[in-house]
Amino acid sequence: MATASPTTPDTKRVEPDDPEYFATTADELRPLYRQMLAIRRLEEASAKAYSQGKIGGFLHLIIGQEAVCVGATAALKPEDYVVATYREHGHAYAKGMTSRAILAELYGKKTGCVRGLGGSMHLFDKQTNFLGGYGIVGGHVPIAAGAAFASKYRNDGRVTLCFFGEGASTIGGFAEGLALAALWKLPVVLICENNQYSMGTPLYRSLAVEDVSMRALAHGMPRDRFDGDDVIKVKRRIAEAVERARTTGEPTLVEVVTYRFRGHSMSDPGLYRTKDEVEEWRRRDPLNRSRQRLIDLGFPEQELAALEDDVRAEIEDAVKFAEESEPADAYLPYVIKE
Amino acid sequence: MAVISYREALNQAMREEMERDASVFIMGEEVGHYNGAYKVTQGLLQRFSERRVVDAPIAEMGFAGIGVGAAMVGLRPIIEFMTFNFSLVAIDQIVNNAAKIFQMSGGQYNIPIVFRGPGGPAVQVGSQHSQSLESYYAHVPGLKVVMPSTALDAKGLLKSAIRDDNPVVFIEGETLYNTTWEVPDDADLIPLGQADVKREGTDVTLIAWSKMVWTCLEAAKALAKDGIEAEVVDPRTLRPLDVETLAGSVRKTGRCVIVEVGWPVAGYGAEVAYQMQRHCLDALDAPIERVTSDDVPMPYAKNLEDEVQPQVKDVVAAVRRALYLE
Repeated sequence: MATASPTTPDTKRVEPDDPEYFATTADELRPLYRQMLAIRRLEEASAKAYSQGKIGGFLHLIIGQEAVCVGATAALKPEDYVVATYREHGHAYAKGMTSRAILAELYGKKTGCVRGLGGSMHLFDKQTNFLGGYGIVGGHVPIAAGAAFASKYRNDGRVTLCFFGEGASTIGGFAEGLALAALWKLPVVLICENNQYSMGTPLYRSLAVEDVSMRALAHGMPRDRFDGDDVIKVKRRIAEAVERARTTGEPTLVEVVTYRFRGHSMSDPGLYRTKDEVEEWRRRDPLNRSRQRLIDLGFPEQELAALEDDVRAEIEDAVKFAEESEPADAYLPYVIKE
Repeated sequence: MAVISYREALNQAMREEMERDASVFIMGEEVGHYNGAYKVTQGLLQRFSERRVVDAPIAEMGFAGIGVGAAMVGLRPIIEFMTFNFSLVAIDQIVNNAAKIFQMSGGQYNIPIVFRGPGGPAVQVGSQHSQSLESYYAHVPGLKVVMPSTALDAKGLLKSAIRDDNPVVFIEGETLYNTTWEVPDDADLIPLGQADVKREGTDVTLIAWSKMVWTCLEAAKALAKDGIEAEVVDPRTLRPLDVETLAGSVRKTGRCVIVEVGWPVAGYGAEVAYQMQRHCLDALDAPIERVTSDDVPMPYAKNLEDEVQPQVKDVVAAVRRALYLE
C-alpha cells in the first residue's frame, strides 16, 4: 500500500512545525463536514438509482475521496474556476452546484445542470464557474491552463484549480499542460488526486516513481504532496498554492494521496485490491475523522444529528426532484451557437 | 482596390480583428519573433506585443487546449498550426473539447476559437507534410470548416471566423500564399456557409475548394477552347455546406464533377456527391464524377508527386466523361 512519503527538500513547501497549523474551529469545519456528507449521500443515492436502472452509462463514485475536493475548493473565491474529470460529482457540489441539478443530470432529465446532454461525466455550471467534467484522461489539463491564461491575460486575479487522477500523469495532455503552465506562469493549481489505482492498475505498474509531484521538478515548478484524509489540512495546503497563484501567478503541482472505497465505476468489483487494504483505508474515512473532530471541538451532538437529518432531507428531495422531472427534450440547439 | 496576396489578406484580417477586439489573440509556434513560419503573422508582434502574439513551444495539444480553455471564459484565440499536419497531435482538443463543450455544457459555454494554418500538399515535402485533412474535421458536428481559395475570400472569411462564436477550423492553401487577388480596402466580411461561383458556365459544374479551384479554373479555360463552358463553384465553407448554391448550379448544367486534392476514400467530395444526387437527381444527365489524389501517401519525387495529385488534364478528362465525349 502506498502512502505519502515526505516531500523532498527541493520543494518550496515546508511543513510548519507549528502544531496550530491545522487548528480549526467548529464554525470552519461544520460546513465542510456538511459538504462531504452531502457528497457521500449523493453518491450513495446515485449508486442506488444506477442499480435500479434509472441512471445509465458510466458512473464513477468518489466515496472515500471527499476531503480532497471539499478541502481544495474551500480555499477558493466564488469567481475562481474549477476543471475536473469524469469523477466530478463531488467537485461540482463543492463548487456550489445543487444536489438537484447534479442528480437530475445523472437521471438524464431536462432539469439537469446540462439538460440531460452530458450525464455523470460532463457536469458544467457557468454560474458557479465550474468549467466541467471531462472524459478524456488528461485532456482537460490544458483547458485549465487556458482558463488561467485568460486570467493572466485580463489580470482578473482569478485562480483555476484542475483536478485529475494519478493515471493522468502519464498522458500527453497532462505533460503539455504542466509544461506550458510552468513556462508562462499561469495561475493554476494542478491537483493530482492519487487514489492509487488508475482503473485497476496500481501506480507502481504505471509510473516509474511513486511520487507524482516529482513531475514539477522538471519545470522548476513548486510542488506539494500530502495525505488527503483531513479536510482542514487539504484546505490549508491548497490555500498556500492558491495564494501563490493569485499573488505571483506561479502554478503548483499538488499530489494528494487518497483512496476510493468503491470500484473505478459501477461495473468494477475492485478485485485487484485486498479486503484488508480497503478496510484499512475505510478506517481512515475522512468523514468519520471530521465528525469526530467536530465533537472534540465541542460541537453539540444534537446539532450534529440535525445537520445529518438536513443532509438526508436534501438528498431525498434531490432524488424526488430527479425522478419527477421531465425527460430531456432537445439537443439540436446545442451543437452550434447561432 | 488593391491587389494583395493571400498571405497579406490573412495578415490584414487578423490585424484588423485584433485592433477591433482586445479579446482576440494569436498563439502558435514561431508566430511572434520569427514572424510566422509562412510569414502570415508578419509584424503582428511588433504591433500587439507579446501579450497578444504568443510564441508557443512545440506542444500542439497543450497550446490548442489553452486556446479552448481561454475561449471558454471569453477570449477569442487564433491558434496557428505551423501546418495542419501537426493538428493531428492536437486533435483531442479540437474534436473532444472544442467541438463538444457547447453541447456538453447544455449551451452554457461556447468556444469562439479559430484553428488556422496551411494544409494540403505543398511541393516535395513528403507524406507527413502533404495531407489534406479537411474530411477529418468536416466529419465533426460542433465545428465549422473553412477553406478559402483566393485572397479576397481569405480575408473576408477569416474575419468572420474570428467573430464566430463557435470553433472554426480554417485551412489555408499552403501553395496559395503568394497568389494575388483584388481586395478592396474596406473588404466586407464574407459569411461562413456561402458558396461562390468563381466562373459561370452552362455545360458542367466543377465543385472544388482551396487550390483545386485554381486547377479547375485552368481546366475551364482549356475546355472553353473546345466549346465546353464549365461553371466553377467554390463552397468556401465545407461545414456548414451551402448545398443550395451548389445544387442550383448542378441543376442548371445537369452535370457535376467534384475535384479535391484529398484522398478518395471517405473524402469530403463523397459527401458533396451524395448531396448533389439527393437534391438534383432529376436534373442530372450523367453520373457525378470525382477527381481526387491517388489513394497513397504522398511521394517525395516531383514527377511522382504531380502524378498523384489532380492535374488540369485529369479534370478535363473527368468533364469529358461527364459529357459522354469519351
